[in-house]
Parts: sequence; structure tokens; C-alpha cells
Amino acid sequence: MKKKIVLIAALLIGWILLYNTLERLTDLIVYSLLQFQKETSLASTIHFFIYEVPKVLLLLTLIVFAVGIIRSYFSPERTRKILGGKKLFVGNVLASLLGIVTPFCSCSAIPLFLGFVESGIPLGVTFSFLIAAPMINEVALVLLFGLFGWQTALLYMSTGILIAMISGYIIGRLKLEKYVEEWVYKIKAVHSETMEDKITLSGRIDAGVEAVKEIVAKVWIYIVIGIAVGAGIHGYVPENFMASLMGKSAWWSVPVSVLIGIPMYSNAAGIIPVVQALLEKGASLGTVLAFMMSVIGLSLPETIILKKVLKLPLILAFVGIVGVGIIIVGYTFNLIY
Amino acid sequence: MTIKVLGPGCMNCKTLERRTAEALKKMNLEASIEKVTDFQQIASYGILRTPGLVVENKVIVQGRVPSVEQIQELLASHVA
Repeated sequence: MKKKIVLIAALLIGWILLYNTLERLTDLIVYSLLQFQKETSLASTIHFFIYEVPKVLLLLTLIVFAVGIIRSYFSPERTRKILGGKKLFVGNVLASLLGIVTPFCSCSAIPLFLGFVESGIPLGVTFSFLIAAPMINEVALVLLFGLFGWQTALLYMSTGILIAMISGYIIGRLKLEKYVEEWVYKIKAVHSETMEDKITLSGRIDAGVEAVKEIVAKVWIYIVIGIAVGAGIHGYVPENFMASLMGKSAWWSVPVSVLIGIPMYSNAAGIIPVVQALLEKGASLGTVLAFMMSVIGLSLPETIILKKVLKLPLILAFVGIVGVGIIIVGYTFNLIY
Repeated sequence: MTIKVLGPGCMNCKTLERRTAEALKKMNLEASIEKVTDFQQIASYGILRTPGLVVENKVIVQGRVPSVEQIQELLASHVA
């Protein structure tokens, strides 16, 4: 255990040193070593790529590690216990917040949905969880923080929570339970005390390391490709090119971005670097935010999976309510900024 | 002994099934592995995360894919 802490401290110091010298290192490589002329499209593209890829990967490793440790304190089972017996509103608020910290993989969306409903958690509260969990994830937050800055990351997170709370609340108030497949309410599950083994601090650190291995191995390639495309846009697309398409003046850009975003199934890793480059070329923040939320939070494959337990009217209500929420967020930010 | 792998057929479920078979082989245990892909049945075991591993109607793993060695240990402690 002592060894582990020393190792992590050493890695952390290395991390800080590397992160802080990254910019100078990139300048050195691009302008001195490779002898690129400053201010050319090619140099700016390559500089962007060489700087952003390691930067984002470094941030990702650190945050995923930290989130992995935080998540070891939560589990879907515990979350279900906390949400049990909670009424609408309070339940929606809690479910949205727990959606962020509870370990969740979209492949478990159905068992989780069934388990929540079976144990009597209201439909609207369950939806708040199911909306928040995929939309607000650590990969999205890292990329937003790394490429856009902390303000945008915070904006995304807080508006995402708001959408999850309100959408779930509305779904609850609309009394749509009849549009859940009948068999769902007939499930009788055995509630054996799951042997939740006590995790030691050392075990939690291991959980963090596991999370890094799993997530970084999965998304690094999307990040590299996303940043490569972003770097190309950064260097070669003229300034203000996007203003007429995704700018504030184009009032239709928000709903269209949301509509385009729904069938697009990309993880946050691939889409955010591209969108960041678009922002630089004149797209407006609200439109960009709406597009990202739609791509990440409302994905077609996930909706199709939900068809196994939900009838069409409920699926349409879910997509519609969340979609409208995202559009409102988009317009609001276009108005403010 | 009956062993069930719970999961709709995702990557993790297949890996868990393969590793369980491997663990059984290493331990020289005779057991049939049954795949449960129906959500209704999966939910009746009370799990919130797939994949799940059930030995003699007891859930011993859920939401993760342990290594072959870990499965061996788990099996050993539940069979005895």
C-alpha cells in the first residue's frame, strides 16, 4: 500500500511536469526540430495536433483515474437503494446527480431500467437517471475542459443535469407507465443481499487504474482521429466559415443540429475536438452545445435498445422532451453569448 | 452443477462465458453453462448490471468480467 501511494505520487509529479512543458515541447518539435514556418496552415495544423493529443490524453488519464476512485464508492445497487421510496422531484434531482457518479455502461441500460422499475422507483425518476448517466460522462467533461475550458465544461454539466431533472419530472407527471411493456411490471426479482465486499483504499486505487485501462484503451483512437480532423479544420478552414451555418444569425441551426445529432452515434471523444474547431470558425456556443448534447445524450442505438421494454409513445415522449430541452439550452446560450 | 451466464450477448458476456468455460476446464469440473439472454429472466435474478454469473441459482458476479483465476477462486468458494 505504501509502495502504491509513493508510485502514484511520483506519477502525479511526472504528470504535472509533462503537462506544463507540453506547449514548449511542441514549439520545439514543430518550429525548431521540424523547421516549420510559423503562421502557415500546415504548421498550425501540425502544432495543434501534436499539442492537443498528448494534452487531452494526459487529462483523460488523470480524470478517469480520479472518477474511477470516486465511482468505487457508488454502485447501481446502492443508487437504487437511495432512490427507493423517493417521490417525484426530490427523486429526479437525486437521480440526475447520482447518474453522474454511478458506474454505468449503456449495455446495462435495460437490466438497470428493469431493476429500478421492479423495485418501485417511479418511471420519471428512473428516466432522470437514464438521461444523466450517459450525457454527463467523464470523457465528455475532460474533452470539454481540455479543448474549451472549464467554463464550457461547467455549462455543459449543469445544463445537462437540469435537462435530466426536468425531463424526468415531466415524464413522471405525464403518467406514461402504461407505455412500458406489460411484462416489465410482472417481474419478480429475488433480492438477495448482494455481497458487497468491503473495498479497501488499495482496492479503490486499483479500481481507478482499471478504469484508466478500460476507458483510455477504448477511446484513445477516437480522440486521435477527432483531434486530427479538428486540426485540419483549425489550419485550413477559413475564419468565419461556419458563421452562416452554425452561427447565431442562423436561427434554424439549433434544432437542425439536434436533429442531425440524434442518429449520429459517436462517443464524446470523437465529436468534441471536431466541434471545438467549428466553434473557432464562427459556430456559436449554443448551437455547438446543443449538437454535442444531442450526439452524446440522445443516441439512436440506445433508443432502439429501449424499444425492448418501452412502447413507441414513451420512446417518442422521451426523445421529444429531451430534444426540446436541448434546443432550449442551445437558444439560451446563443442569446447570452 | 448448473452455471448460467446472464447477458444479452454483448462483448463482455461472451468473454465471461469463455473464461468460465476455461476456469471449469482448469478445475476439472463438469458443468453445463447455460446462456440467459432474455431480459425478463435476467432481471428476475435481481441484477442491475450485465454480465452476470450464476452458480446454483446464486449470483456470484455482476457487471464485470473477472479473470480466469478469479473465476476459479469464486467457483471454488461456491461449490464447496
